[in-house]
Amino acid sequence: MTLSASAPLRRPEPKITPLSAPFWEMANDRTLATPLCNACGQRHFPPGPVCPECLSTDLGWSPVSGRARLVSWVVFHQVYWEDVREDVPYLVATVDLEEGVRLITNLAGAAAEAPVHGMALTVTFVENMSGQLLPVFEAA
Amino acid sequence: MTHSQSGRFAIVGVGTTEYGAFPHRDDYGLAAEAFAHAVGDCGIDKREIDGLLISRLPHHARTAETIGIEPRWTLQLPGHGRMSGIGIVEAMAALDAGLCNYAVLLYANIGRSRRVHYGGDEDPGFWDPWGFTSMGGIHAMMFREHMERYGTTTEQLAEVPVAFRHHASLNPGAVMRRPMTIEDHELSRPICEPLRLFDYCLINDGAVCLILTTTERARDLKKKPVRILGTGAQESLRHSSYPEMDFWYEPTRLAGESARGQAGVTHDDIDALMAYDNFAPTVLFSLEGLGFCPRGEAGRFVEGGTLQLGGRLPTNTDGGHLSNSYMQGWALNVEAVRQLRGEGGDRQVADCRIVQYVQSTPCTRSIIYAID
Ligand SMILES: [Zn+2]
Repeated sequence: MTLSASAPLRRPEPKITPLSAPFWEMANDRTLATPLCNACGQRHFPPGPVCPECLSTDLGWSPVSGRARLVSWVVFHQVYWEDVREDVPYLVATVDLEEGVRLITNLAGAAAEAPVHGMALTVTFVENMSGQLLPVFEAA
Repeated sequence: MTHSQSGRFAIVGVGTTEYGAFPHRDDYGLAAEAFAHAVGDCGIDKREIDGLLISRLPHHARTAETIGIEPRWTLQLPGHGRMSGIGIVEAMAALDAGLCNYAVLLYANIGRSRRVHYGGDEDPGFWDPWGFTSMGGIHAMMFREHMERYGTTTEQLAEVPVAFRHHASLNPGAVMRRPMTIEDHELSRPICEPLRLFDYCLINDGAVCLILTTTERARDLKKKPVRILGTGAQESLRHSSYPEMDFWYEPTRLAGESARGQAGVTHDDIDALMAYDNFAPTVLFSLEGLGFCPRGEAGRFVEGGTLQLGGRLPTNTDGGHLSNSYMQGWALNVEAVRQLRGEGGDRQVADCRIVQYVQSTPCTRSIIYAID
């Protein structure tokens, strides 16, 4: 279950849409970012067409600190995608960013070996099979 | 002045097909069979039926054509399980508004024969690039949080599938009837840890039909009406891309309070519980939200067979989704009716007067049924 930084992750490719494209482009620059409403200052995630708070369409993308806490995690043994089979079993985590946004992600390094509820995490980036960088989290 | 629906509407007819794998049958054929059983069950003249609600069936028009009815009220809901509780509440509202006099609710599922997997490319989502998929994955993520926050164990969780399998062993129509122990559960294959195979619902074919009308009209039909004393509803959709890490506690609490308040009953009055169980953890979440035990204590509450026949709160006495049939809540409402009528056979709850249904889901509903 080790997420070695050298081995690309076998995961489904992102289905990039106009709404999500900035997320994936910034990830390739090793930047984790979320939509931020220019009208009311609220972040939201996943990216939507309007701010879910005030319905403004004046949205930008704003980087986050990358600091997070581990909320929960699971280990997939079932193969839901044939391309992922060689990485099964693999761990998936829920983390809360310092900025108040929740993400579903993967853990890397010691955090993946021994996840601890509430542990401090920081973002890092790992390649998938197509070379897209995926934001994942390691122990802070 | 408040407008009360309490006790004014009733389920008068129920019908179910066999459950299993029927690759040579189609949705409409299964639905027609369940409908015929429900019509026979209540003795209604089919021409009286003027309301039709369907879920998971492909099309309302072909459904009406198949079973030969001409409704004046029609509603087609999608195939999600949470639609069962929604459908019953909506049918009551239609009866209340005079939009129909007799509502037929029809559900058919042929997911087994169509090899539905409920995850991966069948059900694409934003988190796929990290390998996160499936309703089971969502429940696993929630249950891990419950374990960490409250110390709940997988052995405690096992009490849920073990109790329901015991009930299924007493139900001749159930799909999975071989008795199961807590050890069998612990040794079963992990699917998405901390959940194992026996925490997952079955995937099987079958159909269910309910016929609802007013309590007044119900008196002219064959069997004693099962009256709906109270309902409650609360969605949790605002952050629906994520597992609901508060275990649908607040929506379930609100729905339960509303249902008990309308019905004028307390927890001690509930003779049996029918809890939506697509995955075992949601039964624990339901018990806490409804207040059958304090928050965080469902693991301890279910220990020692609490949910089994003869226990403190017999739950899913037909075997539920985990062992009877994956009829997405519809069959649990039929089981409530059968228990109240005393038609439970070997699995009958003694002196059963009041039964509660609950679905702790993104669309939480609770319904309290009673028989006079
Ligand atoms: Zn805004």
